[in-house]
Amino acid sequence: MSLTPTPVVAGLFAGDGDDFTLLGTRCRACASVFFPREEFNCRNPGCQGGDLEEVPLSRRGRIWSYTDSRYRPPSPYVTNPELPWEPCALIAVELEAERMVVLGQAVPGITVADLAVGMEVEAVPGVLHEDAETSWTTWKWRPTGVTA
Amino acid sequence: MAADGGDGVTGEVAVLGAGMHPWGKWGRGFVEYGVVAARAALADAGLDWREVGSVIGANTVRGGYPGYVAGATFAKALGWQGARVTSVYAACASGAQAVNTARGQILSGLAEVVLVVGADAAPKGFFRPAGGDRPGDPDWLRFRVLGATNPAYFGLYARRRMAVHGDTTEDFAQVKVKNAALGALNPYARYRKRVTAEEVAASAVVADPLRLLDICATSDGGAAVVLSSMEFARRHGVADPVRIRAVSTVTPRYPNTVLDLPDIATDSAVAAEPADEPFRSSIARAAYEEAGIGPEDLSLAEVYDLSTALELQWYEDLGLCGEGEGAKLLREGATTLGGRIPVNASGGLASFGEAVPAQAIAQVCEVTWQLRGAAGDRQVAGARVGITANQGLFGHGSAVIAVR
Repeated sequence: MSLTPTPVVAGLFAGDGDDFTLLGTRCRACASVFFPREEFNCRNPGCQGGDLEEVPLSRRGRIWSYTDSRYRPPSPYVTNPELPWEPCALIAVELEAERMVVLGQAVPGITVADLAVGMEVEAVPGVLHEDAETSWTTWKWRPTGVTA
Repeated sequence: MAADGGDGVTGEVAVLGAGMHPWGKWGRGFVEYGVVAARAALADAGLDWREVGSVIGANTVRGGYPGYVAGATFAKALGWQGARVTSVYAACASGAQAVNTARGQILSGLAEVVLVVGADAAPKGFFRPAGGDRPGDPDWLRFRVLGATNPAYFGLYARRRMAVHGDTTEDFAQVKVKNAALGALNPYARYRKRVTAEEVAASAVVADPLRLLDICATSDGGAAVVLSSMEFARRHGVADPVRIRAVSTVTPRYPNTVLDLPDIATDSAVAAEPADEPFRSSIARAAYEEAGIGPEDLSLAEVYDLSTALELQWYEDLGLCGEGEGAKLLREGATTLGGRIPVNASGGLASFGEAVPAQAIAQVCEVTWQLRGAAGDRQVAGARVGITANQGLFGHGSAVIAVR
């Protein structure tokens, strides 16, 4: 039986393959972008707007910083306690158009040794974990110099 | 200099007493640690608990309901005596919020003598969010989607410093070496053993580039201060008390462009220009302005060294040196005992481990003892002005300036 792909959190990303993007919201009055999405209020204190529209974020950005998790994170992060923990790289990415930094996991197989501040990466679809019926999907950052 | 009697913006309150329960992993409840600290602070002040008109508790999220109403919990444990009660929470900045609330009550005339208490009993391992599925809670989100623990954020900040300022892991290790040497002199510290740079380098990587000995532990501990009006201090026979001259509890300004715990993204600067100074610098500046002093007036600083690299960041945010010069200041020896501006003479979080609601109060205890000349082997000679600084999750600035 095939697993049903389901976003780990609704509304943060959409699309497959080359159409995959993170999703934020943008204020129709001042153009401020929010990720995770703001739904009912613009947080720019100089803006009286409240009308927000969904907007895809830039697919590519440059590494602001990076690290990794050498120890198993606690719940609600889901891991299989029967398997050894594999360190997972985390990348904070600066998106030029949005002038913001977005954190994400690196694609599997990428370690901190492969990364450098300033390196270009792109958002790609990924799997966070799987259970009996569901494949929980998420976004991952992949260096653009790497083909999966 | 302002410490010789210049008026702050808001007026001063006296620190009549300071007390702590030693930090460690004691396996008992937070109420016990808080009561021990409170009794020590009252004894230090020479006051009976029944003379306290208001009690302020810094909450803990780890003790169930009693932790959410810490003020009442401590008041009951000390023996109900009718005092006004307040409980506050601001993550790591809870202690400074409690001190500021006490100050506000004293300066407005609502209370003459206020007891401020914070205590925690920390779990082993990483802090984790409250239970349940809460996609709207950034703290839940970062754990659920990214497995991003607190040390992961410390690792991001450390790597950024290495890339932008040229800091090295050896620089970070030297912060631990300094703080461990100072903590060895402090009877309230959890870790009282000197540490070598080789030992830091040999400890396990937790969140690249930071190792276990770069990152502060989570601890049990309790701290308390007794604050009063200057008039009460005089009547009580304390002519020259340590005085709190400023408490900064500022929030960030939009857009906050430094990735901040527990967020998974920064604000966007596309529609509004960021302020000239990052959030942490604004915390210190607000305190300096309120106190009418500058970084050049400081005798010592107690900063929130959640990691070794973050201590270097605080040097710059407090204006002890220019941006990117933190490691140089450390290497010069300026921030150790005997240096130009000793930082974390207490041993810092490196030696204590974090007991969240107690930590900012513990910083005030250390500054109080230093300004009294009562800090024993770790005394900063001739200390007259001290600052404490920390930052709580979810946008809580915290800094206290005390003078004598």
